[in-house]
Amino acid sequence: MDKHDHYYHRDDLGRFGEIGNNVGPLAEKFFAWYGAVFTDGALSAREKSLIALAVAHAVQCPYCIDSYTRDALEKGSDLDQMTEAVHVAAAIRGGASLVHGVQMRNTTDKIGM
Amino acid sequence: MPRHLPTLQERRSPLASASTQLDRLHALALPRELDACLAEAGHHPLRAEGVKVLQLNLGKRCNQTCRHCHVDAGPDRTEVMAHEVVVRCLELLDRSAIATVDITGGAPELHPEFRWIVEQVHRRGRHVMDRCNLTILETRPYRDLPQFFADHDVEVVCSLPHYRGPSTDAQRGDGVFASSLRALRRLNEVGYGQGDPKRRLVLVSNPVGAFLPASQRSLEVEWKRELRRLHGIEFDALFCITNMPISRYLEWLESKGNLASYMDRLVTAFNPAAVEGVMCRTTLSVGWDGTLYDCDFNQMLELPITTHRRTIHDVDLDALAGRAIAVDRHCFGCTAGAGSSCGGATA
Repeated sequence: MDKHDHYYHRDDLGRFGEIGNNVGPLAEKFFAWYGAVFTDGALSAREKSLIALAVAHAVQCPYCIDSYTRDALEKGSDLDQMTEAVHVAAAIRGGASLVHGVQMRNTTDKIGM
Repeated sequence: MPRHLPTLQERRSPLASASTQLDRLHALALPRELDACLAEAGHHPLRAEGVKVLQLNLGKRCNQTCRHCHVDAGPDRTEVMAHEVVVRCLELLDRSAIATVDITGGAPELHPEFRWIVEQVHRRGRHVMDRCNLTILETRPYRDLPQFFADHDVEVVCSLPHYRGPSTDAQRGDGVFASSLRALRRLNEVGYGQGDPKRRLVLVSNPVGAFLPASQRSLEVEWKRELRRLHGIEFDALFCITNMPISRYLEWLESKGNLASYMDRLVTAFNPAAVEGVMCRTTLSVGWDGTLYDCDFNQMLELPITTHRRTIHDVDLDALAGRAIAVDRHCFGCTAGAGSSCGGATA
């Protein structure tokens, strides 16, 4: 199968920098900010990496999942901790759906008998 | 009881041969060569800066067979440093100002003269480091070693991949984590890990997989907090060390199809700032048979020092001071990211 038959290609992750083509100054600002976000601060770099891993699952980005799985391991997290982070993402996603059930109930109350 | 994996030698694996290991590394297409990287760092050829640490590898026998071991150590190994080699090492101390003796193996405590060696080095006023796998302290003949270490001001440098159990047992064998915690508590009980420079307890973490180690500056605070919270254990410092793509770790990389990508990762993460502090520049490593090397990794790859005199029997300290270091592709392991040495990160 031709690789272009897929929407996602593993090699494209290495081409992330190309988003700066045509808009170099904007990309420079983005990558500088991106790098600064993940340094040790009030949260450790390891904790930030776990947050990134959870968000990667919430936004279902395969590039981010690959990157932050490796990054979380390199920052010293283990599989138990990473799996818990993914469950946090899943809980928020699930909870976000369920809490809208209140809206459903409000609407039912209004138009139902 | 920790389970034991057979060593490469016991399985008669081709990778038991140092030349086969080097051939496998040389067969890879790398994005850059080490010489070019060292030149960029202003360190080509890489040269020693005297000898500050004498590292003695007392032999390859060990009570564990960790999956990443660069020595291919294990219970079946019989190589052991002879008494006459030990005596030559002590004589070298007597005619030099080498400040530190770093004792490693295998499990160095299994050497029949281990205690005598420590006593002799301590008597000469030199600092002793023992690279300890912790579980050896839980075996009957060695249970009193924590007090022996304390009595001789030995810095104990212990392997522990993670402050949680699953990763540690995956790398070092079933039951190793629980046994390691018991040993750490006993080291704490005799005063280790409380900030006393004469009772210094260092933990060494290697990645459990095909990735680079974490930042030890960032992790040390967390490890201290979590080991205290989860297990009531104190320690003084954390070293994060990169796994070398040799011996059993090389076999594991190949078996998982990770060798090319791991080497690519090491090369692309080459850090010029990490070169200055690599251990080979200040270390003289003595093999069990008295052969001299720039580091323990070169020792396992049978790459001796480049000077004319290459054994402890005819060592020439003056010639060693500015010697060119023997380097090969495995050296990318010490120059990647924050760098890696026996003392942890170098940059």
